[in-house]
Amino acid sequence: MSTKRGVEVSIAAADAAKLARVEVIAAYPITPQTHIVEHLSEIVANGELDALYVNVESEHSAMSACCGASAAGARTFTSTSSQGMELMHEILFIASGLRLPIVMAAVNRALSAPLSIWGDHSDVMAARDTGWIMLFCENGQEVVDSTIMAFKIAEDRRVLLPVMVNLDGFSLSHVIEPIEFPSQEEVDKFLPPYNPLYTLHPDKPVTMGAYGMPELYTEAKYAQEMAIRQSKDAIIEIMDDFGKRFGRYYKPVETYNTDNTDTVFIALGSINENIKTAIDELKKEGKELGLISLRLFRPFPEEELAFALKGKKKVAVIERVMPGGAANGPLFNEFSALAQARGLKIQLENYILGLGGRDVNPEEFLEIFENMSSPKKETKKNEKNYIVIGVRA
Amino acid sequence: MAKPMEEYKWHELNVGCVIEEVGNAMEYKTGDWRSSKPVWNDDKCVKCGLCWLFCPDAAVYQKDNGLYTTNLDYCKGCGICAHECKPGAITMVEEER
Repeated sequence: MSTKRGVEVSIAAADAAKLARVEVIAAYPITPQTHIVEHLSEIVANGELDALYVNVESEHSAMSACCGASAAGARTFTSTSSQGMELMHEILFIASGLRLPIVMAAVNRALSAPLSIWGDHSDVMAARDTGWIMLFCENGQEVVDSTIMAFKIAEDRRVLLPVMVNLDGFSLSHVIEPIEFPSQEEVDKFLPPYNPLYTLHPDKPVTMGAYGMPELYTEAKYAQEMAIRQSKDAIIEIMDDFGKRFGRYYKPVETYNTDNTDTVFIALGSINENIKTAIDELKKEGKELGLISLRLFRPFPEEELAFALKGKKKVAVIERVMPGGAANGPLFNEFSALAQARGLKIQLENYILGLGGRDVNPEEFLEIFENMSSPKKETKKNEKNYIVIGVRA
Repeated sequence: MAKPMEEYKWHELNVGCVIEEVGNAMEYKTGDWRSSKPVWNDDKCVKCGLCWLFCPDAAVYQKDNGLYTTNLDYCKGCGICAHECKPGAITMVEEER
């Protein structure tokens, strides 16, 4: 029997890791991830979870310890944010390159400087090409469900890759929501103990992380690339299986109100709930707007997106990160490439908002919608390909 | 390895490039990096074994007669044995290749 309770999403994420029966947790506290690892350390210290909680001196060490634990065959979990993710950056590549099924809750936060503890997608977008499977969550229920699914995805023999479960700092991590927790028995049936393909064990020595000579490196990276590209089939299958067992169905790409309109927004994470509110507001005025939400960001769900974009004329790609000198934000660049490659005749626009924890209310989305319908000169072409919503000029 | 590196196709590699074969580094003859090699003067050698002990590649070995030499398939010519040899029995000689 599942139970429903009102709980802070961070605590729920930790409880989901407990339901997944993680065996090793190595993490270093950083705002806004702190409550997740604090709660896990309590659970372990109280003897409620038979796991090793490794106290480390940095995130670089946290991810390194996770790699070691996962290589030794343990179900491994960690969590970080912002600067912490940057500090573990080089090890993120090692986790994916060694095909270690680590699961990480990434509580998305802005990057310094200027110092900010608040939410945006600067951290994950800097880590987007590390070879990790990436899921984005809109609400607390998705965080719990995605965390449980993440282990099943990561450990699937067709996949064997680390999975990052992204949730927005504060605006999702620190809110209290009613969340349904599946029972331990149900989770155990869905997620059997991890059965590793290779482990570090003295009885059967293997080498992990050997040198890749120029004769082999390309093939090695190609094999890894094929693994993440092909992981989508397993991800879809596992999402379906989860739906059948727990009654909550997930898809790599979700749509909201896209049938009756040729104008859609595309966005990641918790702002999608506000976009849905804006869509409902517009509906009252007789205006139609749709939302395409990426639950799966890596591997980039090209087929599903192309299908969702079919017949759409105007698309606003909305993201919570500055391009850093690029022509556009990272999400827009990928959509633009997808539209070009698939010959989709779409007017694509790029909007940036919600940086460093600035509130994003449904009004901002109404503003974007108005701007798309009747472009205002002063905000439209400011010698840039993107518009930063709410910037004081 | 079952075949030379350049013959492997991507799908023939183990997941994560794990090497299951124990000790297969032996197949990789690293000695061809060498620019100089150690030469023992057996008259000066006191069989103390410091060269064997210090060799970072375990290339130095003891012969049946108790004297020492190196396996040139793996010796990289670092010169540590010559540096450590107290009686000065080892000289580094430039390779003529």
